[in-house]
Amino acid sequence: MALTFPFSAIVGQDDMKLAIVLTAIDPTIGGVLVFGDRGTGKSTAVRALAALLPKMRAVKGCRYGCDPDAARCPDCLAATSGKARASELVGVPVVDLPLGATEDRVVGALDLERALSQGVKAFEPGLLARANRGYLYIDEVNLLEDHLVDLLIDVAASGENVVEREGLSVRHPARFVLIGSGNPEEGELRPQLLDRFGLSVEVKTPSTLQERVEVVKRRDAFEQDPQAFTEQWKKEDDKVRKGIVAGRKRLGDVQIPDSARTFAAQLCIALGTDGLRGDLTLVRAARALAAWQGDKSVTQAHLQRVAPPALRHRLRRNPLDDAGSSTRVERALAELAAAPQK
Amino acid sequence: MQGDAATIAALFAVDPSGLGGVALRTPACAARDEWLALLRTLLPADSPMRRVPLNTGDTALLGGLDLGATLQAGRPVALQGLLAQADGGVLLLAMAERMTAGAAARFGSVLDSGQVLLQRDGLDRVLPARVGLVALDEGADADEQLPASLAERLAFHLRMDGPAEDEESPEWSAQEVQAARQRVGRVQMAPASVQALCAAAMALGIDSLRASLFAARAARAAAALAGSDTVEEEHIAVAARLVLAPRATRLPPAPPEPAQEETAPEPPAQDASELPDPPLEAPPEAPDDPKTEDSDEADSLAPDPQELAERVLEAAQAAIPAGLLASLKIGALQRAKSPTSGSAGAEQKNALRGRPVGARKGEPRAGQRINVLETLRAAAPWQRLRRSALPPATATLRTPRIVVRKEDFHVTRFRQLGQTTTVFVVDASGSSALNRLAEAKGAVELLLADCYVRRDSVAVLAFRGKTAETLLPPTRSLARAKRSLAGLPGGGGTPLANAIDAAAAMAGQIRRKSETPIVVLLTDGKANIARDGSPGRGPAASDALAAAAQLRAMGVSALLVDTSPQPQSSAEQLAAAMGAQYLALPYGGAQSLNQAVRAVAGRN
Repeated sequence: MALTFPFSAIVGQDDMKLAIVLTAIDPTIGGVLVFGDRGTGKSTAVRALAALLPKMRAVKGCRYGCDPDAARCPDCLAATSGKARASELVGVPVVDLPLGATEDRVVGALDLERALSQGVKAFEPGLLARANRGYLYIDEVNLLEDHLVDLLIDVAASGENVVEREGLSVRHPARFVLIGSGNPEEGELRPQLLDRFGLSVEVKTPSTLQERVEVVKRRDAFEQDPQAFTEQWKKEDDKVRKGIVAGRKRLGDVQIPDSARTFAAQLCIALGTDGLRGDLTLVRAARALAAWQGDKSVTQAHLQRVAPPALRHRLRRNPLDDAGSSTRVERALAELAAAPQK
Repeated sequence: MQGDAATIAALFAVDPSGLGGVALRTPACAARDEWLALLRTLLPADSPMRRVPLNTGDTALLGGLDLGATLQAGRPVALQGLLAQADGGVLLLAMAERMTAGAAARFGSVLDSGQVLLQRDGLDRVLPARVGLVALDEGADADEQLPASLAERLAFHLRMDGPAEDEESPEWSAQEVQAARQRVGRVQMAPASVQALCAAAMALGIDSLRASLFAARAARAAAALAGSDTVEEEHIAVAARLVLAPRATRLPPAPPEPAQEETAPEPPAQDASELPDPPLEAPPEAPDDPKTEDSDEADSLAPDPQELAERVLEAAQAAIPAGLLASLKIGALQRAKSPTSGSAGAEQKNALRGRPVGARKGEPRAGQRINVLETLRAAAPWQRLRRSALPPATATLRTPRIVVRKEDFHVTRFRQLGQTTTVFVVDASGSSALNRLAEAKGAVELLLADCYVRRDSVAVLAFRGKTAETLLPPTRSLARAKRSLAGLPGGGGTPLANAIDAAAAMAGQIRRKSETPIVVLLTDGKANIARDGSPGRGPAASDALAAAAQLRAMGVSALLVDTSPQPQSSAEQLAAAMGAQYLALPYGGAQSLNQAVRAVAGRN
């Protein structure tokens, strides 16, 4: 595989990097939606993710990358019948869903080769299977064909891919973190799909000359000699990786005091977010942040930090108010912080 | 040929995939053919150069299943798409100004990653596709432009609208380019140079960092072409002139009111061509601000970054074409209107067939298209059984490799287009402005929110003075609709007849795309400009009624929102003539307006 630009060498874009790290610590937060200007390194950050994540243990040879302790895919269920299968360490999958993909490759379909040559009816897993336990990345998510969006919405919610086609009837786990990036100028996202993203971050072009020079310099250095550049940043990447591993360990021990839950609920009420997913995501993201920073319990500061990315895209909003939603979250935060706690 | 054009061809030939490509905006003409021929001679003889027609399908572009070969071989055979075929070479995109946002995104991802991710028709491949693109943009006016996401990924934006100049243009031979291709990987670039390019990009108001990255690569290519192993000032100047200047969204802020004087020299290209050869001795002004952090490194590398930045800027500035200046004055407007896709939007493509949404069992008839892949899939499991049932092969009759029966046939399903496009026709005349233009805008915004929920497209027409103008052609980007309204000034006459005509024309267009138009007219109904532009209430009103009757004859659903302070009989009459629902804004709160549009939409 070609080398990807190292994650830690990305200049600025702290919100985006934090959101990605938080979902790596706690995948149940849901996906990350990265919306913003062109040429800000949106896809660079996501593609860097694969190299950054700690390896995971999976059943050897399993096409769905099953966890050996909880193998649920049809292959494993058929093969195991009680005894444990050998496992191996594999990289966390970061699967690209390209725009021109066809439905059969996304959900999986009849293996044409075997069907034509051997007359065997076999299921060939698609991208959703490959992304199981990892990440599914869609660049230009707002340009994705509607019928693919429908599939994704369903699978992202249920964590399971059900295929009923060509006489095949297969269901397999497809639990993945959805990452989408795009430019809002090119069209909006369907509200249902928007809702599947746990966090949404807005990226902007760095405004200071110094930052911009740094971006160009690093990119230039990478293109001239990818190997040396990656080597140079390996230490930093390792640091992030260790942080993620440590964060995952701490995650279960982080306390969520009632005051924090109340604050989160108050914030969501004040903003009038739809449903309870906002509350849940907000608290989970704050917990992941606390784990990342090594804190024992969730505080108001954690909530405040993650409130904009967790709630920004859930406001029952005037959809035309493109700049306004972040401001509204911040305003509500300020008001709540000022009000005396009950 | 213009000197810059030749330089661009040579630089691009040195590093096609690194520089992304060239957006060539010119009508089809001899100069364009000449330029393409030049590019062909500069590129290595064995590198592919393929032409991509507009609306090339995904299979042809990205790859897919090769049907002929698959049937022949009895096993899936992959077909390489144009992008993979052109690996290491150049693709020419014809009629690029009409490209859809979706197609632009496909090209964009290939340019970014240098490979094609093929996930189609049961195939799962990653194919190298290090290509450079030449987007042939024949757009005639500002509305027809290359999709911004693609233009962004092409280093050079070249316009060939000037007359061909006789001055001798710089010439490079294929050998020189070949040598430069070898050299370009070794070329060193000083941090100060990077800083100079970034500073120039910022001063010219270029937001995207891709521009700076491209400029850096172009500078390298220029150095390689000149046979130098380090990027010198002149190479940076060339890069700034060719990469940064065409993207400028504003003039550098330094001197107040620089617009006219700075760019007066014409034609700009000539002036610019003198600039890249700055005197080698020390510049006249002593650097007065050496506080930048990079100064230690920079000192050893000759010019001060600040100084360099200024010179680079100068070079870029001199190359800003005169035509661009006019657009700079309305810079904000231009940017707001920046197209997200060419003028042939995705919807237009739908008109023929709609979007394929899977396949279903059935025979292809009445224009339905067979879905070969699904048909094969359906046939595949039965092959062994069917073959054994066939009579054994004889000399005259060979056993077919694949036995397909009638019941295997699948046809492609296309989505029925239920898309609705709401055309807002906003009265911005003086009488309306006095009364409630602001409220009308507010009402439209509310309606837009509703359109968002229903995933409708919207279009905005405004009328004042003597004519109606299209503020926004049908789009799904509601943010743009809102922006186009926000900047709408009020004042002037009320050319109601023209407005209704324009709305009818647009409704016709929308219908031809097999979408459903709804016209929402916000006016006080006080027409005072007739069709021919002459003032007078009487003829204006009768013209308006006649236009309304035509709209009614088209059978377009319409809603008329009366924005006058007191509900007018004239507006009500007009609504009746249009067959439109009538709604007086004074009585209608925001909510009832919403419901009214919904009711009109539901009537279909």
